[in-house]
Amino acid sequence: MTVAALSSNPTPAILPGSGGMRGALSDLFWRRPKLLLLLMLAPPVLWLGIVYIGSLFALLLQSFFSIDEFSGLINREFTLKTYGDLLQAANLDIILRTVTMAALVTLASAIIAFPIAYYAARYARGRWKALFYLGVMLPLWSSYLVKIYAWKLILAKEGILTWLLAKLNLLWLLDAWLALPIVGGNSLSVSFTGTFIVFVYVWLPFMILPVQAALERVPGNLVEASSDLGASPGQTFRNVLFPLALPGIVAGSIFTFSLTLGDYIIPQIIGTSRLFIGQAVYSQQGTAGNIPLAAAFTVVPIVIMGFYLWGAKRMGAFDAL
Amino acid sequence: MRSDRGQSAPLGLKIAAACGLLFLHLPILLIFVYAFTTEEKSFVWPPPGLTTQWFAVTWNRPDVWEALSLSVRVAAISTAIALVLGTLCAAAVSQTRFFGREAISLLVILPIALPGIITGIALRSAFALADIPFSFWTIVLGHATFCVVVVYNNAVARFRRTSGSMIEASMDLGADGFQTFRHVVLPNIATALLAGGMLAFALSFDEVIVTTFTAGQQQTVPIWMLEELIRPRQRPVTNVVAMVVVLVTLLPILFAYYLTRDGDQIAGSGK
Repeated sequence: MTVAALSSNPTPAILPGSGGMRGALSDLFWRRPKLLLLLMLAPPVLWLGIVYIGSLFALLLQSFFSIDEFSGLINREFTLKTYGDLLQAANLDIILRTVTMAALVTLASAIIAFPIAYYAARYARGRWKALFYLGVMLPLWSSYLVKIYAWKLILAKEGILTWLLAKLNLLWLLDAWLALPIVGGNSLSVSFTGTFIVFVYVWLPFMILPVQAALERVPGNLVEASSDLGASPGQTFRNVLFPLALPGIVAGSIFTFSLTLGDYIIPQIIGTSRLFIGQAVYSQQGTAGNIPLAAAFTVVPIVIMGFYLWGAKRMGAFDAL
Repeated sequence: MRSDRGQSAPLGLKIAAACGLLFLHLPILLIFVYAFTTEEKSFVWPPPGLTTQWFAVTWNRPDVWEALSLSVRVAAISTAIALVLGTLCAAAVSQTRFFGREAISLLVILPIALPGIITGIALRSAFALADIPFSFWTIVLGHATFCVVVVYNNAVARFRRTSGSMIEASMDLGADGFQTFRHVVLPNIATALLAGGMLAFALSFDEVIVTTFTAGQQQTVPIWMLEELIRPRQRPVTNVVAMVVVLVTLLPILFAYYLTRDGDQIAGSGK
């Protein structure tokens, strides 16, 4: 029966083309996979190439223009004068302040992130693991402005932090801290301390995730072997755990460092009137209308991040991403 | 491999981890309390009284609705563009090997790896050089550019798990390229695309840094909030909007997590 059915309806080994435009196209793609690849790649590459890389070049180009100080018009001729302006004391101050802040924020994020990442990687199982994951993911993805706003509420003079410290009879501590030069101020919401706390809060999840990924790959028996051989927990941490987690920390620091370098909204809302790079860029291109100087300013974080990424790559941080 | 199952953590570590997580979550919870406060002029804690009247006030504010409508339209269109571009790119990169493959992944990731202010000012100076006036489409242009990476990451992770032999089997059984895409490839990547789309939507809905450079006078929800933060007009309304924004971004994230939780490279990692 089956034999008869087969022989009465012989199927050719190669089917004929299904015909029509659609069939022809389908056959063409099958015969020429390169053409299909080209068609698939063209839209995204053209979009990103023109919109993004094109814009970056436009920016770079403008940093070589200069502004005419009398008329305020942009002089479209090649010059390095704008980069020279970057070296003025006020501008160097801004760069130094931003880089210091970025370094401190990175350090603090690493310290706070480590226990969370370590617990999640080594001890949390099943339901708890999912909970930890969401516990990091939800703050990462919740609205950036809402997070800043929440801290404005917390750090305000009449806010919850002052209330809490008053209840604990610790107000003198806050006052003593605010009386300090540089880090202090009228209240936490107009001090560098406030800016620092908010930066750490907002970028912390970006540090936890790569550190956790790096720690997941450390076998538990390595830690046990270390203590079997007589190392104290401190020694185990310094000589075993920390070196193995370092690529993850460096990977996380790429985010915390780069995001702090480029941010202009947090210091504008919570902080002093002294500028950070992002704010300088924003005010130069906006109110001052000096797009060349703004463009030259953005080149600073690009260059710093370039060196940072180069160093991070040498430390093997990209494998931890 | 692990010999430490069932072992419990040292107390110090537990406390440090718990404090870290509380530090991440308490500030957001605080927003929910402030949305109900009766205090209008300051951020006083504890709230002198609780009320729901600010929800009604917010409901009747046309500027809030306009900002919300603009944000939703921008996010929807940017997500649609990002879905098409991101999927195409992911399909090309994961199915074939070709010269410059690494460069393409870098190109996709760059808009999110460089600080937002660089993307923002780059777009703005390009618009200025080309004499393009600010409009709805200038916002979309910026948003779609950095949303591509989210869709791309999710789609690439799924393509990696999908075996190429299924596509070959479909072709062997006589399906043409389009039929294979429709009946084999698409059902396989659908949930990853949905998750990527949701994250892209949330990302666009929340974006403020690039938007300040590409929006001109238009107000999206984040720009509206930024205005209120710098020059407060009616604080209780800001509180309510902040709470709604938290809820609106929370749901897509949870749903995206739910869609990709089984072993995939997970949806949002590395925003």
